[in-house]
Amino acid sequence: MSNQEYKEELVRAKEAWQEKVNKALEKQPERKEFKLDSDLELDIVYDPLHREDFDYLSQLNWPGKYPYTRGIQPTMYRGRLWTMRQYAGFGSAEETNQRFRYLLQEGQTGLSVAFDLPTQIGYDSDHPLARGEVGKVGVAIDSLADMEILMDQIPLDQVSTSMTINAPAAVLLAMYMAVAEKQGIPMEKIKGTIQNDILKEYVARGTYIFPPRESMRLVVDIFSFAGEKIPNWNTISISGYHIREAGSTAVQEVAFTLGNGIAYVEAALEAGLEIDRFAPRLSFFFNAHSNFLEEVAKFRAARRIWARLMKERFNAKDPRSMMLRFHTQTAGSTLTAQQPDINLVRVGFQALSAVLGGTQSLHTNSRDEALALPSEQSVLLALRTQQVIGHEIGVTDTADPLGGAYFIESLTDHIEEEALKYIARIDEIGGAVEAIENGFIQQEIQASAYRYQKEIEAQKRVVVGVNRFAISGEQPIDLLKMDPSTSQRQVDRLKEVRLSRKQEAVASALQDLRKAAQSGANMMPCILTAVKAYATMGEICNTLRDVFGEYQQHNIL
Amino acid sequence: MSGKPVRVLVGKIGLDGHDRGAKVVAQALRDAGMEVIYTGLRQTPEQIVETALQEDVQVIGLSILSGAHMQLLPPVLEMLREQESHDIIVLVGGIIPEEDRVSLKESGVSEVFSPGSSTEQIVEFIKQKIKDNK
Repeated sequence: MSNQEYKEELVRAKEAWQEKVNKALEKQPERKEFKLDSDLELDIVYDPLHREDFDYLSQLNWPGKYPYTRGIQPTMYRGRLWTMRQYAGFGSAEETNQRFRYLLQEGQTGLSVAFDLPTQIGYDSDHPLARGEVGKVGVAIDSLADMEILMDQIPLDQVSTSMTINAPAAVLLAMYMAVAEKQGIPMEKIKGTIQNDILKEYVARGTYIFPPRESMRLVVDIFSFAGEKIPNWNTISISGYHIREAGSTAVQEVAFTLGNGIAYVEAALEAGLEIDRFAPRLSFFFNAHSNFLEEVAKFRAARRIWARLMKERFNAKDPRSMMLRFHTQTAGSTLTAQQPDINLVRVGFQALSAVLGGTQSLHTNSRDEALALPSEQSVLLALRTQQVIGHEIGVTDTADPLGGAYFIESLTDHIEEEALKYIARIDEIGGAVEAIENGFIQQEIQASAYRYQKEIEAQKRVVVGVNRFAISGEQPIDLLKMDPSTSQRQVDRLKEVRLSRKQEAVASALQDLRKAAQSGANMMPCILTAVKAYATMGEICNTLRDVFGEYQQHNIL
Repeated sequence: MSGKPVRVLVGKIGLDGHDRGAKVVAQALRDAGMEVIYTGLRQTPEQIVETALQEDVQVIGLSILSGAHMQLLPPVLEMLREQESHDIIVLVGGIIPEEDRVSLKESGVSEVFSPGSSTEQIVEFIKQKIKDNK
């Protein structure tokens, strides 16, 4: 039978099936409309007729082969599982160091540091705006002295460390390098990631300090410096996670993240860096949300779009520049305070979608995070969830096991198409920085967030335990209690550090930093010198505030 | 609602950057016919009170998810009392543990809306409360 004849037969067979469908619908109408957030109406079933112009080599290819739709390594998880990396940090450096060592002992394979808000916004713990915030959503780091305690007895040549730090990323990276140096570890041995993705801070996460263009300069300074000194460090983690948490759809998550990625690449190229020198160290961070199959397709689509962008738009030659490597976190915004144990189930499915989507590392949320910072027991369960997926259920035995499924491939194509439309719109506006400055991206995210909430309230979107299957009289569960004296102890240590260091060294390092900021020279070496002299986070960031000014948010509603 | 629309200040207090909830609530209140002033991020207690008085609002809705609520919210209530503006209805949204919720309500917060609350509940609460205060 020729291809044409076979296709005709398929069409006839489908028509016969359609009659059956019509009869079934008469007897049993469908429960609801089946639509994705991107407004795609889903068919009842997907079949070869959906995939007529499908070309295996150009659309999929094998894992480890361009455009990397099926994954970036040829054998995927058969060689090594993803890095199990739980985001942790609270209170003082001592407390967080203890939690890190506990997690490593329980089989976690990488660290991920959460910093408190004053640290993330470049204030010392005794700054008036730090009131009430010290050690709350993460660990407080004021100076190198705190970082030394945080990494105490953790072998920095064996563990990779991810730091969720953006506006002052350069400062924390410098502190980490200084600690590694004290441990006697050669710089080319340290491995890890700084988030360093300032653009999404303006639209989704809120811990910006300086205006966008000055911030982009800091980002590029890090690319350039780290490329030379710490070749195994991921210089940025371009993050869709927070964009999704702020309410975007899956398509918007991919589009705005990769749109920001394009902006970083262009900024680095403009500064004279060569594409294949820095692009292999770019990494990404996505959300694993509730719509399971859409999420699997999303990860695959993101990989394909990025590979093609890098090759076709930016003329990258090194395959590593084209490989989208990413971390995933399950969706915090889907956790419910009601019947919190249900969150274990949600997290399990979300984590599975990340693994089927080929993630390189994963954080699974804890069941109690809609109520408080997670308790040790809850974190352990979250880690065990990953271990079950990795070791018990067989999904890691073959690479991209859902690849080729009619629906998954159709969905992957759809997300790619829709995301590319958004990327074209951002290009028209003049790039991501412009699209942020004029509020386009914020408005798009906010419209989606509002629609999502309205759908929950209209029961078009079911949240088990909240708008359906709710119970009354819930039993409280044990939550993590914070030590209220942490803040005072942190401030005491900061004062001690300020008194015991060589003041001239600090003053001259800050003066050099100011000059570099003014002149356009790379600021990283000066920041490293300042950090080693025990200059504080606040002192370093204030020096830069003086030169760059601070970002003023436009409130668009 | 009859007469002048209700004026509401929606504010993000402290350094917390999670503004999805605040913006969704602000938009829902506006859709319900209220006049909404949204402060944006990183407001101090002093700034919140100052804006509330300047804008002559009847309701202040404060969103906070960073855990700093016990340090940042009581000063707002205190300053409102000092300014003899304690008739302003103060609502709180965010991740607030049960014992803190009790203590905040004792010190003058009218209601704490936790994750999972609907915007409809919030709108209804405000309407009812304004009616009761008349």
